[in-house]
Amino acid sequence: MQLKLKVWRQDGPEAPGRFETYDAVDIKPDMSFLEMLDVVNNRLVEAGGDPITFDSDCREGICGTCGVMIDGQAHGPWKGAATCQLHMRAFRDGDTIVIEPWQAAGFPIVKDLMVNRASFDAIVSSGGFISADTGAAPDANEIPIPKPVADSAMDAAACIGCGACVAACPNSAAQLFTSAKLAHLNLLPQGQAERFKRTEAMVETMEQFFGSCTNHGECHEACPKEIPLDFIALMNRDYLKSKLKNRKLAGQVFP
Amino acid sequence: MGITLDAKTPSGPIEDQWNNHKFSVKLVNPNNKRKFTVLVVGTGLAGAAAAASLAQLGYKVKVFTFHDTPRRAHSIAAQGGINAAKNYKNDGDSVQRLFYDTVKGGDFRSRESNVHRLAEVSVNIIDQCVAQGVPFAREYGGLLDNRSFGGAQVSRTFYAKGQTGQQLLLGAYQALMQQVGTGACELHTKVEMLDVVIKDGQACGIVVRDLATGEITSHSGHAVLLATGGYSNAFYLSTNAMNCNVTAAWRAHKRGAAFANPCYTQIHPTCIPASDEFQSKLTLMSESLRNDGRIWVPKLAGDDRPPGQIPESERDYYLERIYPSFGNLAPRDVSSRAAKRMVDSGHGIGTLHNGVYLDFSEAIGRLGEPVVRDRYGNLFDMYQRITDENPYQVPMRIYPAPHYTMGGLWVDYNLMTTVPGLYALGEANFSDHGANRLGASALMQGLADGYFVIPSTISDYLAGLLGNPVVPTDDPAFTTAESGVRDDVARWLAVGGSRSADHYHRELGKIVWDYCGMSRDRTGLDKALSEIPALREEFVTNVRVPGGAGVNQELEKVQRVADFFDLAELMCRDALEREESCGGHFREEYQTDDGEALRNDDDFCNVAAWEWSGNPSEPVKHVEPLEFEYVKLTQRSYK
Repeated sequence: MQLKLKVWRQDGPEAPGRFETYDAVDIKPDMSFLEMLDVVNNRLVEAGGDPITFDSDCREGICGTCGVMIDGQAHGPWKGAATCQLHMRAFRDGDTIVIEPWQAAGFPIVKDLMVNRASFDAIVSSGGFISADTGAAPDANEIPIPKPVADSAMDAAACIGCGACVAACPNSAAQLFTSAKLAHLNLLPQGQAERFKRTEAMVETMEQFFGSCTNHGECHEACPKEIPLDFIALMNRDYLKSKLKNRKLAGQVFP
Repeated sequence: MGITLDAKTPSGPIEDQWNNHKFSVKLVNPNNKRKFTVLVVGTGLAGAAAAASLAQLGYKVKVFTFHDTPRRAHSIAAQGGINAAKNYKNDGDSVQRLFYDTVKGGDFRSRESNVHRLAEVSVNIIDQCVAQGVPFAREYGGLLDNRSFGGAQVSRTFYAKGQTGQQLLLGAYQALMQQVGTGACELHTKVEMLDVVIKDGQACGIVVRDLATGEITSHSGHAVLLATGGYSNAFYLSTNAMNCNVTAAWRAHKRGAAFANPCYTQIHPTCIPASDEFQSKLTLMSESLRNDGRIWVPKLAGDDRPPGQIPESERDYYLERIYPSFGNLAPRDVSSRAAKRMVDSGHGIGTLHNGVYLDFSEAIGRLGEPVVRDRYGNLFDMYQRITDENPYQVPMRIYPAPHYTMGGLWVDYNLMTTVPGLYALGEANFSDHGANRLGASALMQGLADGYFVIPSTISDYLAGLLGNPVVPTDDPAFTTAESGVRDDVARWLAVGGSRSADHYHRELGKIVWDYCGMSRDRTGLDKALSEIPALREEFVTNVRVPGGAGVNQELEKVQRVADFFDLAELMCRDALEREESCGGHFREEYQTDDGEALRNDDDFCNVAAWEWSGNPSEPVKHVEPLEFEYVKLTQRSYK
């Protein structure tokens, strides 16, 4: 296959960016999208050029490191797949492919297609955990967890933290990411003690970095793990409750 | 030279050793813990678990990862599960049995004391993870589900769909982020460790390069923990993530930490074969597929008919034929070598003749497609996405690929390397798996080291440093190390050759795979030992690193490849000098009449720990003898 790439190049967080065009020649349909970029980069390096900076690691859709906008779609045209899982047979010979980084104020650009997603870590560190210091745990079978509950928690926990939900959202909102972590922990019996404290803290940390949800559903469409939108409803309900419950804990309202 | 290998194995009956040891180590009282700074490099299972647990105890922890967030570490990609001797299935499992299976599975090349401790704490790991909210699979009654994995005779594997590593890592990551949130732990992302700093013979800090700015800085601490993973990417093509590397461990090695058993590498039998020379990595298909898939090749060498046109009578179900009792579930090393023999003798399938079939037609006939879809649907989808072939209709093509490395930095019972104050955890150390790791045991070992071993053993060393401040980073020990790192960076940027670092990595990987892969022999290893230095010579003079000292992924790669060159040479030398076959190390010269690994317990029942001499071609070998008191040395047999 012979392709043209229009790639966003930007030297640093503050530097102005621009599109550059590259020829991707002799590309095989069985290559993954990132292998195609490897080939282009390898040729750039050996021809004395400056290779395109992009993040990737596991190349099997689980680490969440990779992620670019491909022809305006987060992670490209395949549903339920991360950028690294996309293969070149998704394109036709002669296509021009536009490649851009995630664009959101919460994800500042580091260089070219690489962005900084530390804002996601901030959301998790504000409450995305169950306090259980090492060594203090009771026997694992002490608390039976109904299978449907464990399965739902697992569906939510499948999030890989790639940021495609934010990139796909017209508001750059992070509701799908935040609600997936909240649902994972809030559905489980172990997560109940901190449920409302967690919800309030995570939602409010999220709002420091990201926009508001206006129910477009683009996040779910872009999500490589197809995390359901239902979790956002669960988060909204828990957030509302947390505003009452947390006041109750402070002694402001009777039970 | 100055290395002595004291394993510090506790005395007493093996079942009491860990408890006795915990009682005998020196403690640091709770008010004094905050006076100690511990540096943790790597945030996979071992690193994140250690950093979180040490911060909970009250130590000042600084944790470093080259990823943009700790949750990206490659532990996340582990699919199958984690072993624990819970005996929830009432099928006869026990600490004793997990200990026995691990020692035997490792082909009697691990330390009994370490393995027993691993089996003991395995039960605490599951408790810990469940308390954190890891969503393990459950039965309808709400209790935890288990499955048998990797040929084990008992069901002791806990799992979370096909994403167990992801869920365990997220549990450790969340515990870590909680500590980061409270300020107990300082997190440094996008930094790569490039040197360990030693003063007066003790590790006192590290030098790192910030991958987002290029800045080179030093950090000092009372102890340094390396939890930086394995070195399978020495083969170039492996199931490891693109950025997995040996650099942190290798730089520690160059500073005096012995590197043990580098030739023990594990080749996973069920990966998708390479499709072309630009392939960047190989994808693993969970071993659980072997529970229902049947492995075969055409009986006729070079038979290029599509699989559906090859009649039953012309297929060789070779694992079932050679190993009737274990069949398609034969251990990883055994099935990998069998596949290699088939491909080498011309029976390979696919257009490149580089695989064997894993066929589900019998299972689909017996169970029906919906059941097979329920069990393996996500794996089948993944396979189809990569290969564009439908495994419900045509057999999968699989071939072994480098996956895990049992060798690593030598550590004693406390997980301390030969450098005082420098520890190695998880896959980065060599200790518990011997010459071959059992399925679902990597996650167990990483978390055992991080959650339960290091928090109990590190105080023994730190207690002796009470009252000592950290070495300031303007000390000559730091400034010399830092300028060494700066000089290295400048040197690579100035080479100005014509080929990319990837090019040399790929060439190096071919040598290592061909001569130090699934089977080795003297001729091949000798050849590798002459080819590697020659290629390195070309590499250091002809590599091209474009760009400057800021964000520069080629600069990251070139330094990692340079360390892989040195390590690859040591792997081959270790493989050459270990004149026996054991576990993942198979020497053609040492096999039984029916082609099985033949150990030499008289001469090689030991750990080979290599010391850096300053010249990668002349390492110094030290030997730690292994004694087997509780598990009798026997020939492994899976027939």
